Amino acid sequence: MGKLIRFLPLILVIALGVVLYRGLSLNPQDMPSALVGKPMPEFSLQTLNNNERIVTQADLLGDIVLVNVWATWCPTCKYEHPYLVDIAKNPQVKLYGLNYKDERDGAQKWLKYYEDPYVFSIFDEEGTLGLNLGVYGAPETFVIDHHGIIRKRFAGAIDTRVWRREFEPLIAQLIEEKKQGK
Amino acid sequence: MRLISIFLLAVAIIVGVNQASASPVETFEFRDEVTKIRFQALSKELRCPKCQNQNLADSNSPIAQDLRKELYELLQQGKADSEIVDFMVNRYGEFVLYRPRVSGLTYILWFGPAVLILLGIIVVIVVVRRKPVDKKTLALSVEQQDKLKKLLNDK
Repeated sequence: MGKLIRFLPLILVIALGVVLYRGLSLNPQDMPSALVGKPMPEFSLQTLNNNERIVTQADLLGDIVLVNVWATWCPTCKYEHPYLVDIAKNPQVKLYGLNYKDERDGAQKWLKYYEDPYVFSIFDEEGTLGLNLGVYGAPETFVIDHHGIIRKRFAGAIDTRVWRREFEPLIAQLIEEKKQGK
Repeated sequence: MRLISIFLLAVAIIVGVNQASASPVETFEFRDEVTKIRFQALSKELRCPKCQNQNLADSNSPIAQDLRKELYELLQQGKADSEIVDFMVNRYGEFVLYRPRVSGLTYILWFGPAVLILLGIIVVIVVVRRKPVDKKTLALSVEQQDKLKKLLNDK
């Protein structure tokens, strides 16, 4: 017993070291969204390509939906763009864009130049929907189930590795839920 | 005299030019002094989600600017502090609060230090109050004395 107490400080320091070392490899940007489990916020905004078409949260209902927050001022969005084009070919999900605090002309040109992967892009010039979604930068991607409930928020670029690790299991689960009629 | 006036004029021009070229700073017009103080207090209490070690008042990131604007709008609408905090937490999570609310998740943050101090005090008290060893118990008993003598004599 006496011997154990003598080693207690050493044990405590090692334990503290382990905790702090783990902290080094954590990503501080990786925060859970406050909106996971809540319905998609209400909105009523124009689409990027058609300023006469007003879309709302009801337009996203019924499918397994990805909402990708993007902008032309965001260099990482350019990096993830080819992967999004790939994801858009997946028939089991629908990919929508949320053009966040951007200029319409530039954004339209970008989609023409790089190929438009989105069913449509919501044009959120003022960032109001972004604010309601708790967006703090671009790119960010939200997974919304067929009931319109936000199931995941991912901040950062999507590539093949991230897609496999972060999204594929959840999408598979959602497809299963939808099949079972949940 | 004339030199001085020219000098003053030059100073005025320089100051004027500097003011004109200063970076644009947001200006908010508050209804009253209380609202202004509340704005300042809240923007110090709320954390910028992007630049995580700065509060809204400190940060220049676009999201912090947006949130300051939103904060101002909410104050102008006459929202209470608690409503504004709820608004932010509902969107950005508990993380935006520099002083997290007391909940199951944050008990260790709130009470951990007090518990540690208490533990320390208890340890100190126990150590200090431990009775010093009695000298009589340290002394050798008669048998031990005999044994010792024998040993010494053997040599």
